[in-house]
Amino acid sequence: MNASHNAPVGVDAADRFRDASFPLIFERAAPGRRAARPPVVDGAPMEELLGEEHLRAQPPGLPEVAELDLVRHYTQLAHRQFSIDGNVYPLGSCTMKYNPKVHEEVAKRFQDVHPYQDEASAQGVLTVLAELQDDLASITGMDTVSLQPAAGAHGELAGILMIRAYHEAKGEGEQRRVVICPDGAHGTNPATASMAGYDVVEVPTGPDGEVDLDAFRAALGPNVAAVMLTNPNTLGLFETRILAIAEAAHAVGAQLYYDGANLNAIVGRARPGDMGFDVVHLNLHKTFTTPHGGGGPGTGPVGVKAHLAPYLPAPLLVRRDDGSVGAEGQRPTAIGRLRSHYGNVGNLVRAWAYIRTLGLEGLRRVSTMAVLNANYLRVSMREAGYQIAFDRVNMHEFVARPPDGLKTLDLAKMLLDYGVHPMTVYFPLVVREAMMVEPTETESIETLDAYAAVLGQVLRDAQRDPSLAHDAPRNTPVRRLDEVGAARRPILRYQVPKA
Amino acid sequence: MHTPDSLRYVRSHEWASAPDDGVVTVGISDFAQDQLGDVVFVELPDVGRQVAAGEAIAVVESVKTASDIYAPLAGEVVAVNEGLEDAPETINSAPYEGGWLFKLRVDDPSAWDGLLDAAGYEAVAEAD
Repeated sequence: MNASHNAPVGVDAADRFRDASFPLIFERAAPGRRAARPPVVDGAPMEELLGEEHLRAQPPGLPEVAELDLVRHYTQLAHRQFSIDGNVYPLGSCTMKYNPKVHEEVAKRFQDVHPYQDEASAQGVLTVLAELQDDLASITGMDTVSLQPAAGAHGELAGILMIRAYHEAKGEGEQRRVVICPDGAHGTNPATASMAGYDVVEVPTGPDGEVDLDAFRAALGPNVAAVMLTNPNTLGLFETRILAIAEAAHAVGAQLYYDGANLNAIVGRARPGDMGFDVVHLNLHKTFTTPHGGGGPGTGPVGVKAHLAPYLPAPLLVRRDDGSVGAEGQRPTAIGRLRSHYGNVGNLVRAWAYIRTLGLEGLRRVSTMAVLNANYLRVSMREAGYQIAFDRVNMHEFVARPPDGLKTLDLAKMLLDYGVHPMTVYFPLVVREAMMVEPTETESIETLDAYAAVLGQVLRDAQRDPSLAHDAPRNTPVRRLDEVGAARRPILRYQVPKA
Repeated sequence: MHTPDSLRYVRSHEWASAPDDGVVTVGISDFAQDQLGDVVFVELPDVGRQVAAGEAIAVVESVKTASDIYAPLAGEVVAVNEGLEDAPETINSAPYEGGWLFKLRVDDPSAWDGLLDAAGYEAVAEAD
């Protein structure tokens, strides 16, 4: 093999076989090499077949590679990918649960419908979307749901913009300038409020890990537009004073917003609508097992109580008098369109399949097992020598930390060498050296035991020999990343290696 | 944790040097820089700005998180450590010397005596 060919100058030929210098697909290219050659039509010039205006003057700048190079390139890249299909992935607040493969089969049935099709010829998919709208409304205790938002944060923005439209319609738009978030909130909450034009006021977590009710009441006033909460909160604790919080918020005319990121803890058992929430967004890629990670596509439906329904972004699916399902146009009071067509339909279909497969009884078992697994792992981690922040019965996740003197980041890197994924680290901000763990209901007791055993092992190793902690990971394709260099001296695009 | 006796501290982990002709130097404690991890970016206040005690006037961003920095005393910003722009890591390597953040001409120099001393701050930091 002539490895000097197209290999970056100065890179040893053997590096092609080593992970350390994983080439770009363009670096695997050679002039004239092809994966496929289209057939040539004898006697018919391309100008006549396709029309002159459709022919390129210059060939596109695509890499010229053979089929096997192409296959190996992406297969090797795929081997570097960590996924829930590969191993345990207990990212707190992210609900990295298994996505059943039957959903892919269901999604395939709908892959060829087109959003510009006549409604009459697309009744199947429209019926599925209408049923999903209704199912999500009944699961959350809301009156109406829009499937439009294309991600959780997108749903948050929709929710807060609807609240703003509601206050403006009442003539209170100028008066209400503040959104309240707890100090343990997901970062998207204050970011959303800020993006919607509001000032953010933070309320502290009390000694029991829940919102400090006195501080919360003190922050309330006629200037408050909304209160954004998740329940259970980011410490994995159920906000037991939620009814008092809702009553106090509503007493000053504020709206209560439910961040649905943690719905997996209560799905089928408790409903945000019954707790007094006015708006919810859901992350279908968390609780409802649509694909998650790698940047999307996410799906963040938003549900509201009736008084906010006039502001929902269209299209909403409605059942017409003749029994058919159709899309309702934009209401004049709506906050406007958020996404083209019907939203991320491929994911909506998968979420529908999940709900319809499990039914209400199945969804109840989901939250039951999610909570049981998290509590089991909490106790296992305590027994393995970790400290537990707010060590009480938790919901679907909990927050731990290593003994004093050890760094969470080091332990997380050590876990990578065992082929498992670390938990979420350094969040929530209210716990020092936080390790936020959410095993989800889809892990077995054997997997939880194995994960706890690895956690115990890395703790003992780090205590015995600090260099083991400092030098981890040792067995991954890329070792400890230079996070400081990445932040201070970022290289934002490919640079041709210099001779 | 390294906590010099010559300085005073606040619960939010800033230190202030003894007033010299009414001017105090402010930075973050060794404990704070250790908790933050490697600092990658610092946003400093404008010189001439009037600040209240407890007002958030700077931001220190590390690989882990971004944290507000609070003025420990009321006064006017009279200088900022511009060297941190190119070398924010100085906060990690020398939090009490080259890693200082800004200087305040304080309204009431005697208020400095009312801040936490080294032992008091260490007790707060350990309980945090």
